[in-house]
Amino acid sequence: MPKIKAPVRTPHIDMTPMVDLFALLLTFFMLTTSFRPTEAVVVDTPSSISEKVSPEKDVITILIGKDNRVYLNFDNGKDTAVLIRKEVLKKMAEQYQVTFTDKELKTFSTWASFGMPIDKMKAWLNTPDSKDREKFNVGIPTDSTDNQLNLWVRFIRLQNPYADVAIKGDSDADFKAVKHVMDILQDNQVNKFNLTTNLQKEEAKLEE
Amino acid sequence: MAEIIQAEGKQKGGKKKAKKFSTHIDMTPMVDLMCLLITFFMLTTAFSKPKAMEITMPEKKDDPTVKAPEIAADRTINILVSGNDKIYYYFGVADPKKPPLPQLIATNYGKDGIRKMLLQRNKLVFTAVYDLKQKVTKGEEVMSDSTLTRKIKELKKTVDPKAPIILIKADENAKYKNLVDIIDEMAICTVANYAVVDIGELEKQMIAGTAVAAPVK
Repeated sequence: MPKIKAPVRTPHIDMTPMVDLFALLLTFFMLTTSFRPTEAVVVDTPSSISEKVSPEKDVITILIGKDNRVYLNFDNGKDTAVLIRKEVLKKMAEQYQVTFTDKELKTFSTWASFGMPIDKMKAWLNTPDSKDREKFNVGIPTDSTDNQLNLWVRFIRLQNPYADVAIKGDSDADFKAVKHVMDILQDNQVNKFNLTTNLQKEEAKLEE
Repeated sequence: MAEIIQAEGKQKGGKKKAKKFSTHIDMTPMVDLMCLLITFFMLTTAFSKPKAMEITMPEKKDDPTVKAPEIAADRTINILVSGNDKIYYYFGVADPKKPPLPQLIATNYGKDGIRKMLLQRNKLVFTAVYDLKQKVTKGEEVMSDSTLTRKIKELKKTVDPKAPIILIKADENAKYKNLVDIIDEMAICTVANYAVVDIGELEKQMIAGTAVAAPVK
């Protein structure tokens, strides 16, 4: 009998279901995720063994860049009727005799971290392109002649006394700058801070 | 795997027809690998959320009538943090009116540097906390995370009444990273009493090597 040779056929996989799934996943993520607003400065935080998760809501974040410039971020609070960012900006405007239109106030309440003297804020709020906005971020003045950070923190705490304070400092920032920020916070009766770090586990062992 | 299928064509006369090649690459191994890689990363990675290190500073009181509390000199260790990742320490109190000045010891941030000294000095507290953590890990004692944290806090306070008191002082050249690292060492070595305080002129001179104790009268 002649040998029956099975014809050699290469496997042919139908990729249609895989592409289907990718399309579904892509649509899902396109609809559910939202862009995180870019931070005013890129901060490379030091590492520590601390495992406590950094609070994300109801927190005042003070960012300290490598060049010791100070930036600020805070959220609108839980009450959707009172936009804390708007109220704080109004108070700062009163203090420094700057006026903001309603549209500018509303824009401010939707944006995130910022860092500029209050007189430059109007121009910043009116720049729609986020790339152009980057040049405004020169840092909030903290020197004793014009301590704007002190007022910002005071007004935020008046609006929301229960907010936590997080200091997100760059590893290479001078400790002096961070100490200055801590002094300003202590002047506003904040004595407990959260220093934002990334996790790096270390185990200590006693050597006899 | 891949194969080249030659299009069979009848060749008429002497005309040379270009043979058409069509390649058909079999993707099975690639999809296999992708599936394996995806499973591997799904199981091994976790989102790294930023963590927070809590630090509490003593209240700033500019009241001159309130004196700073006296601290026992035999329990005090002063850690001086300077630039270029330099770190020094000395035991006791540096008072220019009471010579001789304590010897300033230079060390580093590594395992055999400041950590070694801290572990030796804080042995009692460290072994107590370490033993408790081992017991919980091995399952000999069962408690919730919050109970464990509370017990560790209690241990730190009660185990050693002569536990070292660490004063952390940083000069102008210190970087933020140095401070976070030293406070981290406090946590790693389970030090109970430490505080970040201002550096004194004498200590700055000690770092520079120019400190001179007042002459003995």
